[in-house]
Amino acid sequence: MSQKPKPKPSHGLAACPGCAEPLDSGDRFCGACGYDLSAVPAAETEPDRPTVAIVTPVVWPAAPPREAGSLSTATQHPGDLPGTDSGGRDLPTMAVRTDGPVPAPPGTDTPPSGTPPSGTPTSGGDFELAAPDPRTAVQVDPPGSPQPAPPAHPPQPTQPPAAAPDAAALCVACRAGRVDTDGYCENCGHAQPRERDHMEQELGSVAAVSDRGLRHHRNEDAFAVSATTLPDGSPAALAIVCDGVSSATRPDEASAAAAQAAGASLLAALPRGIHPQQAMHEAIVAAAEAVNSLAEEPGPDGAEHDPHRNSPACTIVGSVVADGLLVVGWVGDSRVYWVPDDRTTPAARLTEDDSWAAQMVAAGLMNEAEAYADERAHAITGWLGADAYELDPHTAAFKPDRSGVVVVCTDGLWNYAEGAEDMARAVPPDAAGRPLGAAQVLVGHALDGGGHDNITVALLPFTVTPPGAGSA
Amino acid sequence: MANFSKPTVPQFSVDVYQNEFLPEGGREVSAIVTVTSTGGGTSGAAGVPGYAGGGSAGVVIMVDCSGSMDYPATKMRGAREATAAAVDTLRDGTSFAVVAGTHVAKEVYPGNGGLAVADSRTRAEAKEALRSLSAGGGTAIGTWLRLADRLLSSADLAIRHGILLTDGRNEHESPEELRAALDACAGRFTCDARGVGTDWEVKEVTGIASALLGTADIVADPAGLAVDFTTMMEQAMGKGVADVVLRLWTPVGVEIGYVKQVAPTVEDLTARRTEAGPRAGDYPTGSWGDESRDYHVSVRVPQAAIGQEMLAARVSLIALDPAGGDPRPLSQGLVRAVWTDDLAMSTSINPQVAHYTGQAELADVIQQGLDARKSGDRDGATAKLGRAVQLAAASGNADTAKLLSKVVDVVDAATGTVRLKAKVAEADEMTLETRSTKTVRVKR
Repeated sequence: MSQKPKPKPSHGLAACPGCAEPLDSGDRFCGACGYDLSAVPAAETEPDRPTVAIVTPVVWPAAPPREAGSLSTATQHPGDLPGTDSGGRDLPTMAVRTDGPVPAPPGTDTPPSGTPPSGTPTSGGDFELAAPDPRTAVQVDPPGSPQPAPPAHPPQPTQPPAAAPDAAALCVACRAGRVDTDGYCENCGHAQPRERDHMEQELGSVAAVSDRGLRHHRNEDAFAVSATTLPDGSPAALAIVCDGVSSATRPDEASAAAAQAAGASLLAALPRGIHPQQAMHEAIVAAAEAVNSLAEEPGPDGAEHDPHRNSPACTIVGSVVADGLLVVGWVGDSRVYWVPDDRTTPAARLTEDDSWAAQMVAAGLMNEAEAYADERAHAITGWLGADAYELDPHTAAFKPDRSGVVVVCTDGLWNYAEGAEDMARAVPPDAAGRPLGAAQVLVGHALDGGGHDNITVALLPFTVTPPGAGSA
Repeated sequence: MANFSKPTVPQFSVDVYQNEFLPEGGREVSAIVTVTSTGGGTSGAAGVPGYAGGGSAGVVIMVDCSGSMDYPATKMRGAREATAAAVDTLRDGTSFAVVAGTHVAKEVYPGNGGLAVADSRTRAEAKEALRSLSAGGGTAIGTWLRLADRLLSSADLAIRHGILLTDGRNEHESPEELRAALDACAGRFTCDARGVGTDWEVKEVTGIASALLGTADIVADPAGLAVDFTTMMEQAMGKGVADVVLRLWTPVGVEIGYVKQVAPTVEDLTARRTEAGPRAGDYPTGSWGDESRDYHVSVRVPQAAIGQEMLAARVSLIALDPAGGDPRPLSQGLVRAVWTDDLAMSTSINPQVAHYTGQAELADVIQQGLDARKSGDRDGATAKLGRAVQLAAASGNADTAKLLSKVVDVVDAATGTVRLKAKVAEADEMTLETRSTKTVRVKR
């Protein structure tokens, strides 16, 4: 659901006329001084473009082999291990696997003996938290403090906090009726906020926020974040983000199942010493199987298979930060961005959408501007689901040479920060230090831009521990 | 949902078919509610009395014995034989009575101001009493219904049903008197009505069936009466639960457009609402056996912002307790409204809603077309009946299409191009009018 990339922001301004703060294309007001940008020229309203799958098979022209000098991200298959570093060069043989202690042979699932090094951001109980669990949001955000530490940046998400148990009894819309067992108000009939409408989770250094947005009636996104340790005791963090395909049946269940399965698969594989990129590949396969199995069971409403609707489907994108390595994997049009802490160095998009537009550009049939201007641009060509043509998980490994944050997100966010530089501007400078707050800021950025889709973003700080003095 | 304590009580299920998505500013919500009851009546053990042990079924057969029944004499003979066949179909233990109707109502059997309980002896006695039926007198259907009501209320019955046969117009009482009798009897018993021959008034017979939640039909040839009566009695014997209402709960600010039964026949229930607590109203549905009916509910909701969702209506089936006990909820379904800016979602029409909107229009245009034809408006009749042919063909309503083809010559069914037939048998026209409300279900 990406927007077509505009040559320049719709308000035609690179910086605020009032205070010279840099602006994003979706901004309605200046983030620093509040200058009303719509007063300059009328802001272009973007139509909603839900993620849709192309149902009729398309015969694609054979893509030319990728040129060595191409700047686009290499799409790698698991057989291509060990991947490339961020410069596109081959990684040193074996240097990517866990050094130090010999990796535990497969089958020994027990954590390595000896106390993990300090800073290991995990505990035994965290292994159960792969599925997005809104209750965790309540833990992070105790009822005593109405809002988590408000970020220093103005765009604050305006969604209601997760419904407190006692508030659930009274309708949030009319404040007069009680809520019946179906989740509707007995007076005005309005649906009550559901658990998935807004979810937050923070685990050690990794955090994720998911929000229904302003235009969709339910949240069809899901995420899983976890932290674990490699066999050598070094920390590993992972994040999975899934976006349900709106045109399919039960997209919300598909995304939840995929995120849960992928997260669980990674949590099982990483401590066994399986290479993160291989583990990512297996996680996507596990997620695909979880989504496929949904197609075989009838929906919760007992509805039989409706031939007019297609199987549950979703996209998936995930990232693992472990052992100085940054691994990404995806199917569909959810993305990973790399935003270095030192903003003078370039940010990058690490994934290549499985979308019609991306395919047309890759095939050389259209240039990017033409492709993204087409109404089919946002149709995805790869997804998890029983009716997917062929599961083709893309994975890639990078070895960044500096610290930064990894932004794992659905199109609900990147619609409002499409380019890597746009995304870098939207990410708060202190994101690595407080990922949850930064994820909230990013969701707020998308809501301020219109919130046309569900928004989910997970942040994984990547820290380079230099042998000598710190360079960041 | 097994209910072992009351094995003969039907299990009700409610399915809602709708497109819940509304565009920005959209307010109209339409849904087809399919109600299916299984496990009661015919599939219950034979001879087991009605649910809750409070009594069984009672049926009163009302036979027209006006003077016109002798012209031709086959009508009176057909009516006698049909009534005898219906009596034979009575299940043991069912209470019954036979009423002879003229300008007054007269008990034929058992004749003691009450009902007889069916067994081999009473069945034989009743058939013997039928021999004495002879034609003579006028027609005042209201008096027949009031007598049937008195007889049925003389016993403690769970299911109360009437079968009414007439061959002529209701000439010996005013329409207001019939209306008053129907109002008095509505909700107290259900009644199927049949017209024999072609000298009766379609709107009178369909009006009786509609008010008393039964079926209406034409039996043009008296020889067909026995089969028809047997079928009707079998259906009456199949009823497992009476006094079921469709309860519609709507939130504050929601206006009700209409509530119609749309299958097996079109029946507008909108005006028959009785209030049932805050923001809830009951619409009568009569008694249920093993069967499935569809209802079309249309409501107008207040506007809400994109992304909002609300409950537009809650549809439930409630069994009222005639003894004044607590109503028993049987099943429920939810009609929802969700506002979206996705035009593909908000503009698509649910196939069920589209189908029954067409079926309701089909019933309307047949009625309008026949009315226009009677009043000599041939152009109007051609247009309306042409539209009817088009709708019947498009929806696969083969029975209605066949009836239409006896009234009009179909030039092109797809475009609805027809010519009025110069000569139409009266029976064919009356059959079309009587059966115009019959619908077919959408193919699933």
